[in-house]
Amino acid sequence: MNQEQTPPNTSQEQENSRLVVKLVGIVLGMFGFGFAMVPLYDVFCDLTGINGKTNETAAVYSAPVIDTEREVTIEFITKTMRGMPWAFEANTQRIKVHPGELHTVEFYVRNPASRDIIGQAIPSVSPGTAALYLNKTECFCFNNQPLLSGEEALMPMQFYIDPQLPKDIEQFTVQYTLYDVTEAAQGVAEAQAAMGSK
Amino acid sequence: MSTATDTLEHDAHHDDHHHGPAKGIKRWLFTTNHKDIGTLYLWFSFIMFLTGGAMAMVIRAELFQPGLQIVDPNFFNQMTTVHGLIMVFGAVMPAFTGLANWLIPMMIGAPDMALPRMNNWSFWILPFAFAILISSLFLPGGGPAFGWTFYAPLSTTYSTDSTALFVFSVHIMGISSIMGAINVVVTIWNMRAPGMTWMKMPMFVWTWLITAFLLIAVMPVLAGVVTMVLTDKYFGTSFFDAAGGGDPVMFQHIFWFFGHPEVYIMILPAFGIISHIIPTFARKPLFGYASMVYATASIALLSFIVWAHHMFTTGMPVAAEMFFMFATMLISVPTGVKVFNWVATMWRGSMTFEVPMLFAIAFVVLFTIGGLSGLMLAITPVDFQYHDTYFVVAHFHYVLVSGAVFSIMAAAYYWLPKWTGVMFDTTLAKWHFWCSLISVNLLFFPMHFVGLAGMPRRIPDYALQFADFNQWISVGGFAFGLSQLIFLALLIKACRHKGEPVSDQVWDGAEGLEWEIPSPAPYHTFDTPPVVK
Repeated sequence: MNQEQTPPNTSQEQENSRLVVKLVGIVLGMFGFGFAMVPLYDVFCDLTGINGKTNETAAVYSAPVIDTEREVTIEFITKTMRGMPWAFEANTQRIKVHPGELHTVEFYVRNPASRDIIGQAIPSVSPGTAALYLNKTECFCFNNQPLLSGEEALMPMQFYIDPQLPKDIEQFTVQYTLYDVTEAAQGVAEAQAAMGSK
Repeated sequence: MSTATDTLEHDAHHDDHHHGPAKGIKRWLFTTNHKDIGTLYLWFSFIMFLTGGAMAMVIRAELFQPGLQIVDPNFFNQMTTVHGLIMVFGAVMPAFTGLANWLIPMMIGAPDMALPRMNNWSFWILPFAFAILISSLFLPGGGPAFGWTFYAPLSTTYSTDSTALFVFSVHIMGISSIMGAINVVVTIWNMRAPGMTWMKMPMFVWTWLITAFLLIAVMPVLAGVVTMVLTDKYFGTSFFDAAGGGDPVMFQHIFWFFGHPEVYIMILPAFGIISHIIPTFARKPLFGYASMVYATASIALLSFIVWAHHMFTTGMPVAAEMFFMFATMLISVPTGVKVFNWVATMWRGSMTFEVPMLFAIAFVVLFTIGGLSGLMLAITPVDFQYHDTYFVVAHFHYVLVSGAVFSIMAAAYYWLPKWTGVMFDTTLAKWHFWCSLISVNLLFFPMHFVGLAGMPRRIPDYALQFADFNQWISVGGFAFGLSQLIFLALLIKACRHKGEPVSDQVWDGAEGLEWEIPSPAPYHTFDTPPVVK
């Protein structure tokens, strides 16, 4: 109705369309921002260490000054995720170390299942802020671990505590959670074999 | 605010241009009229309110006694989940959108919403969204049972296939809300009557403008996070799966980045409504209009930097907990400004206590109780005790039921005579108010006590020492549910135009453009904009 008012209406409609385009732009931008929060979260956590994730590649032990004045207690706990049949235990459950010293602890795994399984251990440190100061020079968690049916193994982890560790942290816990990644790992292996790269 | 208009005269001239509404079902299916769409939204939200309420009745029946009596735990979990989803996305949000549709054009002197066809779409996809969500309850294994917050991995690793339906229904709800919000922003931005400057806009329009921006900012984030849940569950991604390098705690960060602004989406329009009703029945202009506008805007801005107060127990560093604690407490400053202004508006006013005013005063008192328990929850060390207990349930029901829902009821009573042209049945209305007021407190107040004593939320069974309080709570719940049937009867009566005809002004202290058009509001209003002085 009111077609006689077309001239003002069209300019109004143009203004409306311009505003709608801007608002839809915000909507799309915020949808993208939702996904951008994923890498942002990772970067933020890497920098601050607040989600308890440790280094994923080997650190180099540069023989720092060993702080013999201080003693830090580290507890190791293990867990297997649903569907993962392996027995998984920490041989050293509790250790006292001086910051800067290089130590090795071992974890025991056994595959009681009738099939071959590839496992992947994911570390988590609590309180999370300690994660930045736990430097692993060697760890079974850097790679996935294949075990044949019935096979058992000892998996080593070598680490030192950065002497910069905040004074208020006297004790922290490292938890390893073991996942069954057989399907995903075989998929990758087959793809690599197909490309002839391995 | 003093306004003048030539509407009446104008309407008389142009009556021949005015088509009435189409007849029958097509009127409602194809309507682009803001008043029709407002009515559709309001009835839809009321039906959803009763549906979600029926689910709450199942929850309260099961919790009437300790032990498992009526439903099995899995169904109980589905009820808490779907009750929450329906009340948030189906009852409160569409009710506010319905009020926005009805009122914003009439308040700013515009003939309709800016984008009427999109308006029709944004309503008509909603029934499909909720049909999908509710139908998921009938799938093998049942509907979503992971809580309305759908934390990963409950919603990814441990959920049934109804999750796919849940995700799609949330997508549709989100699209509907975003379209509605865009419509509101464009209408307010471009279609205000000449002379209606920003700082002359009625408070309801202001609060809805800010709410619409919040919706535009955070509903897409919700769409993103449900999409991640969907791909994690069905397409092998690992956003929230630690085995693939993801992090389940990140789910909570993204969800609450949406979720905290969302709770202000459900309360800011309520602030607007109350800022109309109290001045009318106190017969004084709103105290501190400008500070109300700035307080609303600051609450909206602060809502983006407090999300992690929902996650104090996830193991954040102390510095982060302190930041989120203080930022959260900061919100009580602008909120306190608002409560102060409402009380100051009533101070030495010529108050009368018509039904909308009763609901508005109940809102101010009960919302403040909810705000206070919110302040308690903001204190990090204390939250470690309160987290996931009935204290939290008490808190958010005080702000959402006796806050948002009471404000919607106040709005319905306040503007209903303008919409229908007749005064509603005041006897029934007073029964509805007093029954609701008493039962809502019986329902939610003892939850503070059982919560402080350690009763966890979302559990179908509880320790014996909570039995007495839970019986009281359930009785309050049933009474509150039944009280809403009084409201239903009253609304049906009013929509059949049974009652005393009202004047254009309706309430003698009411001010604003919507009171200068005839009662009932004609199908088309303000074809020529009024002049606002």
